[in-house]
Formats: sequence, structure tokens, C-alpha cells
Amino acid sequence: MASVNAIDSDRGDRVSLIYNPVARAIFFQAVVFVGLLALIVWIVRNTVDNLERAGRNISFGFLNERAGFDIGQSLVPYSSDSTYIDALIVGLLNTLLIAFVGIITATIVGFLIGVGRLSRNWLIRKFCTVYVEVFRNIPPLLVIFFWYLGVLAILPQPRESLHLPFGMLLSNRGLAVPKPVWGEGAWLAGAALLLAIAMCVFVARRARARQMATGQRFPVFWTCIALLVGLPLLALVVMGFPVSFDVPVLGAFQTSGGMAIGPEFLALYLSLSLYTASFIAEIVRAGIRGVGKGQTEASFALGLRPGATTRLVVLPQAMRIIVPPLTSQYLNLTKNSSLAIAVGYPDLVSVGGTILNKSGNSIQIVAIWMVVYLSISLATSLFMNWFNTRVALVER
Amino acid sequence: MSVADVVFVRQSMEQPAAPPSSQRGLVHWARTNLFATPTDSLLTLVGIVAIIYFLPGLLDWLFFSAQWTGTDRSYCATVAQGGMQPDGWSGACWAFVRAKFPQFMFNTYPEDERWRVMLAGALLVVLLIPFLIPRAPYKTLNALLLFVALPIVGYVLLVGGWFGLRYVPTREWGGFMVTIILSYVGIVVSLPLGVILALGRRSQLPVVKMLCVIFIEMVRGVPLITVLFMATKMLPLFMPNGMKIDDFLCVLIGVSLFASAYMAEVIRGGLQAMPKGQYEGADSLGLTYWQKIRLIILPQALKLVIPGIVNTFIGLFKDTSLVYIVNMFDLLGAIRRNFTDPNWMTPQTPMTGLVFAGFVFWIFCFGMSRYSIYMERRLDTGHKR
Repeated sequence: MASVNAIDSDRGDRVSLIYNPVARAIFFQAVVFVGLLALIVWIVRNTVDNLERAGRNISFGFLNERAGFDIGQSLVPYSSDSTYIDALIVGLLNTLLIAFVGIITATIVGFLIGVGRLSRNWLIRKFCTVYVEVFRNIPPLLVIFFWYLGVLAILPQPRESLHLPFGMLLSNRGLAVPKPVWGEGAWLAGAALLLAIAMCVFVARRARARQMATGQRFPVFWTCIALLVGLPLLALVVMGFPVSFDVPVLGAFQTSGGMAIGPEFLALYLSLSLYTASFIAEIVRAGIRGVGKGQTEASFALGLRPGATTRLVVLPQAMRIIVPPLTSQYLNLTKNSSLAIAVGYPDLVSVGGTILNKSGNSIQIVAIWMVVYLSISLATSLFMNWFNTRVALVER
Repeated sequence: MSVADVVFVRQSMEQPAAPPSSQRGLVHWARTNLFATPTDSLLTLVGIVAIIYFLPGLLDWLFFSAQWTGTDRSYCATVAQGGMQPDGWSGACWAFVRAKFPQFMFNTYPEDERWRVMLAGALLVVLLIPFLIPRAPYKTLNALLLFVALPIVGYVLLVGGWFGLRYVPTREWGGFMVTIILSYVGIVVSLPLGVILALGRRSQLPVVKMLCVIFIEMVRGVPLITVLFMATKMLPLFMPNGMKIDDFLCVLIGVSLFASAYMAEVIRGGLQAMPKGQYEGADSLGLTYWQKIRLIILPQALKLVIPGIVNTFIGLFKDTSLVYIVNMFDLLGAIRRNFTDPNWMTPQTPMTGLVFAGFVFWIFCFGMSRYSIYMERRLDTGHKR
């Protein structure tokens, strides 16, 4: 025994540095680090050299210069006299807008199609399967062109617009919808809505506490709907309907009045929502299938009805499986919104591309892009992780 | 009591009675699958009405009213639009696709040299098919030819400049060949690079691990378009003065790096799914790190994530259409370019071209996803944990 130990320690002392794991690790990492550093130094020197030759620099000062180009759709006031930074903010807001409405629509459509693929109804099942297989297997850019060039571009001229319900007009220049004009005292309706939301939260909490304590149930859903619709309506009635609608009217070349939604936005919105919905549908289907059949059977055995089973037993467990991949789909949709550049919807990449071509400051623009997209990704991940911990079942 | 005393003993099995007529046949199928509940019935009726409303028009546009032959736009335009079709006509203009098919495939690649592209394509198909069939022999040789020899041969064939082949600059490339080249190079580069990045991310060495995490997360956090802009606008800036870097090469580098980050995450999934005993077993056998990875870990881990790899490849294949943004013409770009050809400009042309592009992309992506499902089933050894 002693001799074995002696041999071991004997070897340990004489072992070459090459075979020492710690030494090897340090050496290897040092090599990688130095190599990378050399590469970066080389790149930076080349870049500085090239920029100097072209008479440019890496400062962000140019952002305060006059932009000099117009932007078709803007959520904040913008003119061609605004600065580059204003243009980028307009682009960022447009990106966030398309991502937000796209995510909501894609989630709704995706859940419907995903549940439809598990339907008992043969026709619905087949329809949903065809939908998923078609949209999953063609590039999103093609879907955008399909809507933009294939559908929206061949709609009639504005003066022959299609009349849709609620006074909406659809033409090849986009969709014109009535714009609500808020009059005196309309703030009360907004305040009533806020109050209704607060009351809903309160009612839901009390109802839950009461059910936990006594087992008595309370129709929270219908109460909340009544509150959310009723209170603002009541406020409006009290103030004598201080709201009117600016309905779009047909003009010779374009519709006037109302709120115009450009064909670029429509094409991008429809394509991103429908494309992403096909992926969400697959995630939802996998999530629901991932909940064991025994769960449903046990729930039926307890006497729960199918609706309650889905809501109380299957969905909460399915959400555990659904949420992580759903997050990455939301991020994909946000990133795919950069395809806006193909149809000229002024999102961050499109506006940035214009600035890049105008000013030639590629490094700064790409840096801004990366920072913004990485921040959006991070923020979405954080939010969805928080949501995920909420829906995750507490395991004992 | 003997058997003979018994009046009747059945000697053979009676055939089971047929199910009652309410439980079989078309009616039963329809009642369980289409009209099980009132809601089901309503949905079915809505679906049938929708089919009756849309399908005939769709089929009519695609096939019955479509113009299959023709030499210019007049075949696909109505009289009012300066063509020969009756007013109110609407149908696919397949004549456009037929006339422009070579352009969709090669775009502006010189016509006399197109045999080189076709030869490279044929080599790809010949090498790819046995590679995809699990039972075909000589897998190692096949893989070497496909992933090492073919890129070199393909480069010589397509670019030219050697062996008396005419030099074809990459700005003359285009069409479907660009789509294929981008995806092929993307997979050839991203697979090994993805393996290295994934190993780096799971490495014990903090510097290596951090570098890999930063690279993967940064690339995955931004859209491909930004990466492409970066590749085409910034890579030339990184090069020493006087050194020109080809635009197509920039895009190839961008696409490959982008795909490797996604590939790395897929492969990391496989590495993580491997039981710890495999790592420890390899260590206890005295294998070195690279022996352990090459002989024990990767063969099993890659097998686990073949569906994920194919999915990444499908994503890459679809994403190649984005190179149009940086003025490169892949299949979709080449088709779009021809929309403005005055010889073929009709209201039906864009839709026809897009449907054709969609069909080609769909065939390839759908085929790949079916293949991944097939491989998943085949490789499923039943050792699910």
C-alpha cells in the first residue's frame, strides 16, 4: 500500500508540464486569447487605415445631421428636416409596432390552428395540416412578396376601393379605417377603463381567495367583461358621447380622412403573422400532445367537463412545454420584421439601410442595429422567462 | 358421459358478425369525423362552403384558364391590356415560367458555360443520393467526396480560370444555382464550425467558453439581414488596403457564420442529452479529449440531433432568399428581376412567378422535413430516457 502511494507521488513530482491539466488549460486559453487579440488588432488597424483613406471616422456625431429623406409611416412627428437619430427612432418604433401586433395575431392564429390539428373533425384537421405544411416550408420573404405584389398590388385603384364593414376602404394604396376623434370629456372614458381594469384585478383576487377558502365560485370572466365594456360606455353616455369617427371617403387618387394603413405594413403584418403562426401551431400541438392521456382521463373520472378539463388540467401543463419554444418564435418574428426592407416599410433596418447608403457610416449603423436587436431579444427573453416561471407547475 | 351424448359441439370458430350498419361505412365515418357534435357539424359546413367557394377559382387560375404556351406578354394579357385573351380573363401565365426557366436557374451565367453548372449540380446529386440512403455502402468515402472534394471541384468548375475554363465572375452568377451554392456551402461550413462552437460552449476553459457564448448569442440575437449588411459593407473595411474581397464570398461568410451559431445550439442540445456515464467511461479508458469527442461523444450526440440539424438546414435554405437584399439574385431574386421585363409584364406575371418560386422552395423544404422524420424513426433505438 505504502509503495503504491510512493510510486504515485513519485510520478506526480516528475510529471512533465505538458501533461499537467492546469498548465495545459492555461496555455491553451492564452494561445486562443492572444490569437484573437492579434486578429482584432489587425482588423482594427485595417479598418482605421481604410476609414482614414476614405476620409471618414467612427464617431456617432453624424447622427445629429439633417436626415433629408421622408419616411412613409411614422408614429411620431417626423419630416425630412429631422435628424438621423429621429429617423432611427421612427424606424425603431415601427419595428416594435409590427412586432407587437404581429406577435399577438400570430399567437391567436397559431393557437387556433394548433388546436385545430388535434380536432376530432377530419376536415378541420386536414385544413390545419395543409396550412402548417404550406407556410412552414416557404421562405417568409416569399410570403411577403405574395401579399405585396400578388394580392395588395392588384387590388382596385383608390377611387374604386372595396367597401368593407365599419366604413373601411381597401385599395391598392392600403386600408383606410375610421379614426376616432376624441372630444371634450373623453378622458373620463379612459379613466373609467383604467378603473375597470383595476376592479377586475381586485375581483379576480377576491374570487380566487374565496374559492380557496370556501369552494364557492364566482363568474370572474363575465364580471370582468361587463366591467370593461360597461364602465367606459357609462362614462361616454354621461358625457354625452364626446367621440365621433372620421370616416374615410373616396377621392380621385387617394382616400381622404380616416386613418391610412399602407400596403407595406399590411403585407408585412399579414405575412409575418401567418408565417409565424404555422410554427406556433406546431409548438402548441406538441405541447398539448405532451400532456399525458392519463391526465385527461383522471380529470374526466373526477367529473370535470371537457371544457374545464382543457382549461384547468391540460392547458396549464401544456404551457410548461409551450412557453420556451414560443419565446424563440416571438424573437424570430421580431427579427424577421427586418424583411420590411424588401417592401420598403420603414423599420429600423430599412431606415438604417437608407442612412448607411446616404452617409456611408456602415460601422456605426451596424453597431446600432446590433445593440437594438440584442436589447429587444434580451428584454423579450426576460419577460418570457418571468412568464415561464409563473406558468411552471410548483413541484413538491 | 361421453362426447357422443352431447347434442352439439362446435368444431370450428364462428365468423364474427359484421358490425351493425350504423357503425361502419361512409355514414359512420362521416358521423364520427365530420358531424359528431353540433359545433363539429357547423365547422364542417363552413369548411365545405369555403372549399366550394375558393377551390374552383384556384384550380381554374392554376390549371384550366392558365396559359401554358406563348412567346411574349400578349399571350397572358387581355385585349384591353394589349394582349389576345378575352376581357376579364385571369389565369396563371406558365408560358412566362417556361420562357424564363433557364434564367431562373442560372440568371446571367454565360449561356455557353452553363454546362459547368449542370455538371457540378449532377456531381452534387450523384454524391448526395447515396449519402442520404442509410443502407448505401462507403459512407466515409462518400462524405469525404461530398464535403471535401466537391467544394474544390465545384469551385474550379463554377469560377473557372484554370484548365482552359473561362473565368466567370461571381456577379454573373444567379438564380437557383446561387440558392443551392449558398445552402451547400452554409451546411459544409456550419456543421464543423457548429461542432467546435458547441464544444467550446461546454468547455471547462473559461476564456474559450466565454468567447463561444458571446459569438453564439450575438449572432442569434440579430436578424440575418444585419449579418448580411455587415458582411458586405464591413468585411471589405476589415481587409488590408488594396485587398479586394468578392461580394459573393462576403455573403457566403455571413451566411455560414450565421448558420453555425444556430447549428452550435442544436449540437449543444445533443451534447447535453448524452448521459454523463459516456463522458466518464471515455475518460476512464484513458482516451484523450479529442479521442473522446471523436470516437464516443460526437457519433452519438450527432445522431440524437439529426432532426434538429435538418431543421436548421431548412431554415438556412429558406433564408438564402434574403441575399436579394444585398443585390444578389437567388431563385426568388432572379424571378422578381424578370417581373419588370417589358416583354413579359402583365398583371398575371408576378403572381405566376411567386407561385412557381413557392412551389420550388416548398418541394425542397417539404422533402427535407419528411427525410428528417424518416431518419428520426429509423434512428430511434428505443433507448429513450
